[in-house]
Amino acid sequence: MTNFHDLDPVEARIAARGVSVYYGDKRAIDNVSIDISDEYVTAFIGPSGCGKSTFLRALNRMNDTILGARVEGEIKLDGEDIYKSGMDVVQLRARVGMVFQKPNPFPKSIYENVAYGPRIHGLSTSKAELDEIVERSLKRAGLWEEVKDRLTESGTALSGGQQQRLCIARAIAVEPEVILMDEPCSALDPIATAKIEELIAELRGRYAIVIVTHSMQQAARVSQRTAFFHLGKMVEYGKTSEIFTNPREERTKDYITGRYG
Amino acid sequence: MTELSHQERAQRIANRLAQRHASERRFRALGFFAVALSALVLAFLLVTMTANAVGGFKRAELAFKLDLSGGMLQIDPSQLAGDNPASALETAGLRDVLQFAAAKALGDKAASELDPDAWRDVARKIAADPALLNTSFDVSLPASDDLASGLRGDGAPAMVALANDLAAKGQLSTRFDPGFLTRSDATSPQSVGIWGALKGSMLTMLVTLALAFPIGVFAAVYLEEFAPRNRWTDLIEVSINNLAAVPSIIFGLLGLALFLTIFPYWRSAPLIGGMTLALMTMPVIVISGRNAIKAVPPSIRDAALAVGASKVQTVFHHVLPLALPGILTGTIIGMARALGETAPLLMIGMKAFVATAPAGFTSPSSVLPVQIFLWSDEINRGFVERTSAAIIVLLMFLLVMNGTAIYLRNRFENRW
Repeated sequence: MTNFHDLDPVEARIAARGVSVYYGDKRAIDNVSIDISDEYVTAFIGPSGCGKSTFLRALNRMNDTILGARVEGEIKLDGEDIYKSGMDVVQLRARVGMVFQKPNPFPKSIYENVAYGPRIHGLSTSKAELDEIVERSLKRAGLWEEVKDRLTESGTALSGGQQQRLCIARAIAVEPEVILMDEPCSALDPIATAKIEELIAELRGRYAIVIVTHSMQQAARVSQRTAFFHLGKMVEYGKTSEIFTNPREERTKDYITGRYG
Repeated sequence: MTELSHQERAQRIANRLAQRHASERRFRALGFFAVALSALVLAFLLVTMTANAVGGFKRAELAFKLDLSGGMLQIDPSQLAGDNPASALETAGLRDVLQFAAAKALGDKAASELDPDAWRDVARKIAADPALLNTSFDVSLPASDDLASGLRGDGAPAMVALANDLAAKGQLSTRFDPGFLTRSDATSPQSVGIWGALKGSMLTMLVTLALAFPIGVFAAVYLEEFAPRNRWTDLIEVSINNLAAVPSIIFGLLGLALFLTIFPYWRSAPLIGGMTLALMTMPVIVISGRNAIKAVPPSIRDAALAVGASKVQTVFHHVLPLALPGILTGTIIGMARALGETAPLLMIGMKAFVATAPAGFTSPSSVLPVQIFLWSDEINRGFVERTSAAIIVLLMFLLVMNGTAIYLRNRFENRW
């Protein structure tokens, strides 16, 4: 059974209960329950193939695009089951944004990249309003100063780290409640990584942030809550400080001390 | 086995290295040979075609002075502005006047070797500029078929002699014939033109593109992005792949049985030809379209879906624009094949002799490849060069079509 640490009671933005994810017959996630709050950055750690990314993608139904993927259990966003019939995935994804492992800006201008979300959701009624959203999002993503003079250039012409911040700006432009980040720094150099981590710290509190990472140092640096996944199960979930200094489970201890993974 | 010494190991690697280099050189030589051979064949084709076609854009013409001064032709100017100035001029006696002027300038024998339709050229000229009436002006009019053969040196001995005689006096020569591009099919190689077939091909291609492109692209998008994976979609996929491999004459039979049964009066119309060729082109566009859509990185789809784009928005805002260059490449291939297709069009009656350019999509028409096929079958030697010229026109059309598609493709090509 999952080992929950004693946590301060917080209002859960996302509440998952008994979630299992299947790819065809293979069970990738087995009976995971977790609360995710606005106040903290939550990190999912674990060895490759442990299912942490799968679980993350279940939170905004990105697994729907994968043939044969199936989710059991219950995931509630603000108390509403996101897998209930009649749930609009388009609306869900406007509320739960996502940043991917490899920076994937659209092959369009920087401006268009950020403006795309607000535009399709009809968030702005005028060009001036849209300009404002783009500027605000780029500022929040810490990219404004670097790109304000070349908004019409292609988003793909930026460096890897800038591209990833552009993707974050694109995600926050639709003002989601939750931002899911799937190993956002794994394709970046240390300096770009540091910038993204700073950015995560700044965004904390405004959005509920969930980050999947391979780097335990990164989890320790950016998160306040950490969940350790192993072989499709969530082994342990607690305060980041406790997970790293005083894990209750032998497997967690082995993993964070580098015995495997 | 004992371990090899450094020297032995180096020796073995060196031995193998020589072999590897040799095979690399061999492969490169083969590749170069293949490219050189294709270039040579292409060059040979183009050179012989062009050499022949130069003659096809020319024709033998008789030059003389036509004197209409002194009221030779009595005609009311309002008739010239009317619907049919040619027939008005014919009634006024243009043919006799022309014959008389030719006989005076060239002699009776040469005058009788004026092309029977030569007066039409004069009529066109006068209709375009009525001020020519009552003046004397130079004309250069097509010689008869026999005289043209004589000038080429392959006619009857009497004609060859006459042609040589006239040529020596500067009254007969081969001249550039711009009318070849504006006239339509005729029985005499002296007065044929390619415009009818060219326009027919253009109209046919328009119909083909308008039908095959949207249907092909939408089918590809649906099959690739929306269709569930099951036995039915597998069956459809196999059918489409098979359809692309069906011999074109079968499509002609289908067009004959289907379209001409429904629209019996549109026999040999560009609309029916275009519909038949669209059947043939669509599977090619579907297959290339699916491959192009498949090649769009999934990360772009994820990116769009993750900001809350719906499936349709993802496809039309992101996937399709990125796949468009690939789709256009497939379309070029399909359209080029359709343009050169003869067999299915023969089945739906597009081999008829059509002496006027088609007025619209439903009027009888010829198309370039069929016109080439028909001319190449003519006994008259004059058609040989005309056929080559028609081939050059077909190749030019192909070049323009492909050039446009490549230009569009480059405009849409994006980096990611």
